[in-house]
Amino acid sequence: MHEITNIQKYSIHDGDGIRTTVFFKGCPLRCQWCHNPETQRYEAELSVDTKKCTGCGRCAARCPNGAITIAGGKAQTDRTKCTVCGVCTDACLLDLRTVTGKDYSVKELMKICTQDRIFYENSGGGVTLSGGEVMTMDQDYILRIAKELDYEGIPLNIDTCGEAPYEFFEQLLPYVDTWLYDIKVPDPEKHRKYTGRDNTRILENLKKLSDAGAKIYIRIPVVKEVNGDPDSIDAIIAILREKNIRAAQVNLLPYHNTGSHKYGKLGRDYPGKDFTAPDDEEMNQLAQQFRDAGFSPVTVGG
Amino acid sequence: MEERGMNERIRHLRKVSMETPAHIDLERAKIETEVYKEYEDKVSLPVLRALVLKEYFSRKTLYLGEGELIVGEKGRDPQASPTFPELCCHTVEDMHIMNDRKLVSFKVTEQDIKDQEEIIIPYWQGKSMRDRLLARMTPEWRDCYGAGMFTEFMEQRGPGHTCGGKNVFAKGYMEYKEDIQDAIDHLDFMNDPEALDKREELEAMKIDCDAVCILGKRYHDLIAAEADKCTDPARKAELLQMVKNLEVVPAYKPQTYWQAIQHYWFTHLAVTTELNPWDAFSPGRLDQHLNPFYEADVQAGRLNDSQALELLECLWVKFNNQPAPVKVGVTLKESGTYTDFANINTGGVAEDGSDGVNRVSYLILDCMDEMKLVQPNSNVQISKKTPQKFLKRACEIARKGWGQPAFYNTDEIIQELLNAGKSLEDARQGGSSGCVETGCWGNEAYILTGYLNIPKIFQLTLHNGYDEVSGKQIGLALGNAEDFKTWDELWDAFRTQLEYIVEIKIRGNNVIERLYAEYMPAPCLSIVTNDCIKKGRDYNAGGARYNTNYIQGVGIGTVTDSLAAVKYNVYDKKKFTMHELMEATDHNFEGYDDIYHLVSEKTPKYGNDDDYADDIMKDAFALFRDTITGRPNMKGGTYRVDMLPTTCHVYFGSVIGATPNGRLANKPVSEGISPEKHADTHGPTAVIKSCAKMDHISTGGTLLNQKFTPSALAGEKGLDNLAGLIRSYFAMDGHHIQFNVIDRQTLLDAQAHPDEYRDLIVRVAGYSDYFRNLDKELQDEVINRTEQSFA
Repeated sequence: MHEITNIQKYSIHDGDGIRTTVFFKGCPLRCQWCHNPETQRYEAELSVDTKKCTGCGRCAARCPNGAITIAGGKAQTDRTKCTVCGVCTDACLLDLRTVTGKDYSVKELMKICTQDRIFYENSGGGVTLSGGEVMTMDQDYILRIAKELDYEGIPLNIDTCGEAPYEFFEQLLPYVDTWLYDIKVPDPEKHRKYTGRDNTRILENLKKLSDAGAKIYIRIPVVKEVNGDPDSIDAIIAILREKNIRAAQVNLLPYHNTGSHKYGKLGRDYPGKDFTAPDDEEMNQLAQQFRDAGFSPVTVGG
Repeated sequence: MEERGMNERIRHLRKVSMETPAHIDLERAKIETEVYKEYEDKVSLPVLRALVLKEYFSRKTLYLGEGELIVGEKGRDPQASPTFPELCCHTVEDMHIMNDRKLVSFKVTEQDIKDQEEIIIPYWQGKSMRDRLLARMTPEWRDCYGAGMFTEFMEQRGPGHTCGGKNVFAKGYMEYKEDIQDAIDHLDFMNDPEALDKREELEAMKIDCDAVCILGKRYHDLIAAEADKCTDPARKAELLQMVKNLEVVPAYKPQTYWQAIQHYWFTHLAVTTELNPWDAFSPGRLDQHLNPFYEADVQAGRLNDSQALELLECLWVKFNNQPAPVKVGVTLKESGTYTDFANINTGGVAEDGSDGVNRVSYLILDCMDEMKLVQPNSNVQISKKTPQKFLKRACEIARKGWGQPAFYNTDEIIQELLNAGKSLEDARQGGSSGCVETGCWGNEAYILTGYLNIPKIFQLTLHNGYDEVSGKQIGLALGNAEDFKTWDELWDAFRTQLEYIVEIKIRGNNVIERLYAEYMPAPCLSIVTNDCIKKGRDYNAGGARYNTNYIQGVGIGTVTDSLAAVKYNVYDKKKFTMHELMEATDHNFEGYDDIYHLVSEKTPKYGNDDDYADDIMKDAFALFRDTITGRPNMKGGTYRVDMLPTTCHVYFGSVIGATPNGRLANKPVSEGISPEKHADTHGPTAVIKSCAKMDHISTGGTLLNQKFTPSALAGEKGLDNLAGLIRSYFAMDGHHIQFNVIDRQTLLDAQAHPDEYRDLIVRVAGYSDYFRNLDKELQDEVINRTEQSFA
């Protein structure tokens, strides 16, 4: 599996400098605050923006599976019949229907990843493989991309939640410049509650990576109701200390609900409706806790 | 109104400049008319022109504002706009329009209208350059001009658009007078058939030297009298120092930083008053010129940074006090006003190729940041050697989002100039003036002659040379779109059509150029431009060391996408036939939703780092360039191309029907070398990559506007990335880039009119999306966040 949902150029919040970020599709976690729901499932999905639909019926007429009907002036899609063939996406004159998830050959992806080389070189940037969870993708494929980037001299960042077998981390280690490593919730049970899995393996992998000398940026999505309080941050600091994690940077990423509209397009409900972000002052105080604990630099935002 | 300025004095001067309504000033026109009536046909034309300047400077109303440190106005006071009836003469109706129009009005008094009607119009009607040149144009030229195939720069303004070089600061006008006399003494009346003409030109230059010195002396006497009366000891001391300054300049070479600025300003007034040189003159590389004076003064303890900055801010106010001369006729109705295109370039390299950034460079950045004035148009040159600190300071000002400074690529400009045959030393003293036009400052007449409507030439190609908008056969009858069975056949027709229109334009240009050489010499500009004195020849007649004419291409994005839409859908993929496409465009795509969808959403477009479209752009650009570059002009130089529109892309779009790329009828065409609106969907790096595929070095300047939201540029990291983006573009030989930062107002507008902003991408936090794709609530959130500053 190595479907890609988006390739973002001039990406400036996923590591140093100007970057190209590749979003892979599929993740073992189900973080309730996730703003990229299209990267949760591994298989391609149909995304439909029904709000702007005029009910013209062109998609229904073209659908080979009879999955689309017009009701209430809008196209309704029966996802049990839909095979994500993509025929309807060409039919829609407003481009409201898209298939999210696309296969790229190594050659195709490398062509895109090398297009902005001159910007990487003038800004200290490079390529970030993100997701979804890139460490759960087809290992041969990811390894080949990593080796190609290494050959091209383009610095590679891996943005990971850590929930994957360590052997793969080890294999990639020589080709990765920086690991953007997410720490979400310190307590294992609470972690399971909010993400679907506990954090045992995540923290073990972090420890191993750090011991192996990897350059790591710790990234913490901060949700007020989940981990946006001084005690939770202290608990994370305690874990990092206890495991003797060497973090080259700590980035606190305030929660935002900007991905909420994407759930509806995928036919799902957004589980994070009641979450909020700490305000600027609170964020700065949480950042200060890290600074006081000796971490540097500590930033709010990517 | 926001009060800006480093101290009370500057805030006051700036306030006067900003709040005084622009008004017409007929003093110059009336004196000029008197001089013409008395001397026309009695003296040579160069001498006649010089006598106008001398008489005006001898009699004009002087202005000395409260607290001024730099003196002199083009008209009788700030925001006065002298008229130039010898170039174009306003009708009484024009006078009413300029007074009454809502946008930017020019106040006109009853007396002005009476004078215009009784004195100015009777003398100049039929004699202005506009009347003379329009009378000499061919029917083909008139049809093209009327249909909006091209514009004509010299129809209301003189050739010019240039910057002063180091000559302006090297000598005073009494010293120049000696040089000129020396040239007269060396004229060869035995062998040189042009010796007499040369003498007339040189005599005219001498009269202009006197004219500038007379203005200086009159200010000297005025300020001395003011100093006598002044009871405030601090102001009295200033006035006495100004009197001392005027004992030196403009007659002799400036000795101090203050004198250097005052000296430049007198030169500026003289050059922009003798003729209207396309609204533009500028000190060019001001930091290079002022730094030696600054260093000497600081060394001698005469000047500190605060004083140096204050004098710059005084100069900035002076530029802002001069509205551009008012247009006539349709142009008057349609265009708002603007001030002079005085484009100052800061940074770059010194004559010996070393880094040119100095202390004055940083002071100029502080000045532009503090003053926030549209004029002078303050920009920076960035070379490989430019310190990152300077670049980042310039980025810091640019991200405030009011468009200045723009960024020019020094290394690329030098290559442009070398490629055009200039010496390395001269090239290093050049820069970009007006909008983005490259010139060897102090050494070159580089004349913009008009914009060329490239998308409209393609439209003619598709319609057998017939112009659907004017209803005339404008181009050659080479067949209808359906007749071109292959891409190559279509391309050949496009090439032939383009060559035909360009030749009509250049033939007209040649006539106009000769008319200016004969009737409108500019002896004062000739004094400070190498090698006019040595050659005894006027700036407008080939006296400059280098003589270049430009035609500016407009709409490269629109024409590229239109060509691509035809090639991809009709010839390559056969999605529809040429006939179907023509029906769709003829009906402005109404009722042709499928074709519209395919051409606007499913076709490769310029601006996405996609070689399919970008290769077509390269071919279209090369065709335009090679059709023009190297053709001889009438001054011994050659033609070259620029890729810039000013605001002409709006006018050009208004005279073109729907184009094959899905651009609807009468909508603006693409601007500068930017992609067509909505066409770029892969972010700024893809736009920049596409634009860099054009061979900038073979042009005389290109213009690229880049839009950003504040969040994409926030913080130290945002600044570093912006600097990285500029370095990258310049490493790929991009000529110019400027930034528009999308503000809250724009986002509100985008919310109200989503179709107008389909290309607007907002970066919120972890991902980016098209603004139009966001829910209302989310848009509101983005709008609210956009209020945040660059903490």
